[in-house]
Amino acid sequence: MICDICNKNPATVHLTEIVDDQMTELHLCEDCARQKSESMESQFGLSDLLAGMAEFSKPASQEKEDATLKCKKCGLTYADFKKVGRLGCHECYESFKKYLGPLLKRIHGSNQHFGKSPYKTEDTKIMQKAVNENSDLLALREKLKVAIESEAFEVAARLRDQIRELENKS
Amino acid sequence: MEINDFLNNSSEWLKGSGPNSDIVISSRIRLARNLTAQPFPHWASRKQSEEVLQKIEQTVAQVNLLKNLSIFKMSEMDNIDKQFLVEMHLMSYELAQKKNSNAAMIDPNGIVSIMVNEEDHIRVQVMQSGFNIYEAWNIIDKIDNELAKELDFAFSPEWGYLTACPTNTGTGMRGSVMLHLPALVMTKNINRVLAAIAKLSFTTRGLYGEGTQASGNFFQISNQVSLGHSEEEIIDNINGLIRQIIEQEQQAREFLLANNRPMLEDRVNRSFGILKSAYIISSQETVELLSLVRLGCDLAMVKDIDRRTINELFISTQPAHLQKLENKKLSQSERDIKRAELIRSKLKIK
Repeated sequence: MICDICNKNPATVHLTEIVDDQMTELHLCEDCARQKSESMESQFGLSDLLAGMAEFSKPASQEKEDATLKCKKCGLTYADFKKVGRLGCHECYESFKKYLGPLLKRIHGSNQHFGKSPYKTEDTKIMQKAVNENSDLLALREKLKVAIESEAFEVAARLRDQIRELENKS
Repeated sequence: MEINDFLNNSSEWLKGSGPNSDIVISSRIRLARNLTAQPFPHWASRKQSEEVLQKIEQTVAQVNLLKNLSIFKMSEMDNIDKQFLVEMHLMSYELAQKKNSNAAMIDPNGIVSIMVNEEDHIRVQVMQSGFNIYEAWNIIDKIDNELAKELDFAFSPEWGYLTACPTNTGTGMRGSVMLHLPALVMTKNINRVLAAIAKLSFTTRGLYGEGTQASGNFFQISNQVSLGHSEEEIIDNINGLIRQIIEQEQQAREFLLANNRPMLEDRVNRSFGILKSAYIISSQETVELLSLVRLGCDLAMVKDIDRRTINELFISTQPAHLQKLENKKLSQSERDIKRAELIRSKLKIK
């Protein structure tokens, strides 16, 4: 397929627009697509991709709940996030936790931070320890799940004890 | 410091020094940080954004490491000045599009820059000439620690630094290395290399970041994943990957020298010839020809000119730079003439 605008390059961007029930299709090469408009570029942008990824794991029955799900702190709804691909404030991470967890995992291949933390020097050590223990705990729970699924019950029992021990400490 | 001072004070990445500076132009790290007190920039009111800017301004003025930063507010700059800073890689195109409560804070050497209210409240960048990603990390880590003493950063032990876009969550870190890979392009090996890079969760972009195409054989490679690995691990990965690409480019250069030297000398010297004699030249053509002259310089085929001069030409021939040098607005055709003039004067053999 050849680009509708320059009629030269192969079309790699396919845009379907619906305005007042009228559907138009445009097939563009990358250059023309970029030039056509910036607003259009944002349509091929990250936000759609992200929203699409978050949708992936969602059971259909929850759809209504999603749209009204709202961050208590900043008022951004999950529908807003799906539209713009940006969260409204740091509390949104808590408000939309059940969707963001799987989304982060899909983007980064992980949903546990290993890295520096901003805690002030005096409480760095304590907090860093908490961070480490928290991630240990998560890793152990993950392993436990795998062990149970593969019916390695001896391993599972050992893991369960380790988890209990860590939980009691905190 | 005024914007115009940057014209004389050429920035860090143009030095053409540092390890592997024949192939690696610059190494950069940026950290994304947000304050807990206010919504992220796109969702904040003007008043809230203004408060963020004020808070960061105060903090930067207090932190010893950042005392020499100059503050450039988007509301007080004209378009040429904004584009000028974008061309120098000291702020992003996205920031330049904004007007209210947005600022870039930049040190006189162009090593440190802090963007306020871009996609996140704070984007700190540290740039080093050549292949120097560890040094960039040392510097930015210290700056981040100092800022964290004064500011409450949005952070969760589980997900790390919380950013407006979930693609930056975690370390909030992006390490980028700008490479010049003409021999891999000439030997048609570049697509193989780029495909391998993509498989390892790294992205490739052109000279001017997101959404720009590679031109003049320049490729900017950066990590895509920011969560699940520590900053040091991510940097080790970048380091390992870039080492391999450098090696491949070196091999491709050796291959061309051994098997196709006349072709190489022809292309390098033709490019040099056009640059030395053109009276009208576009910025695209300039970048492409300079790329080949730079290669000639690396391979000692072009002897009368040093790498720094070529590096400087890459940037001083950009649209906003030309207009700053001329100190007036120039149309595209006027720029093409002025650009050719500038190149001829710089490449004149002494």
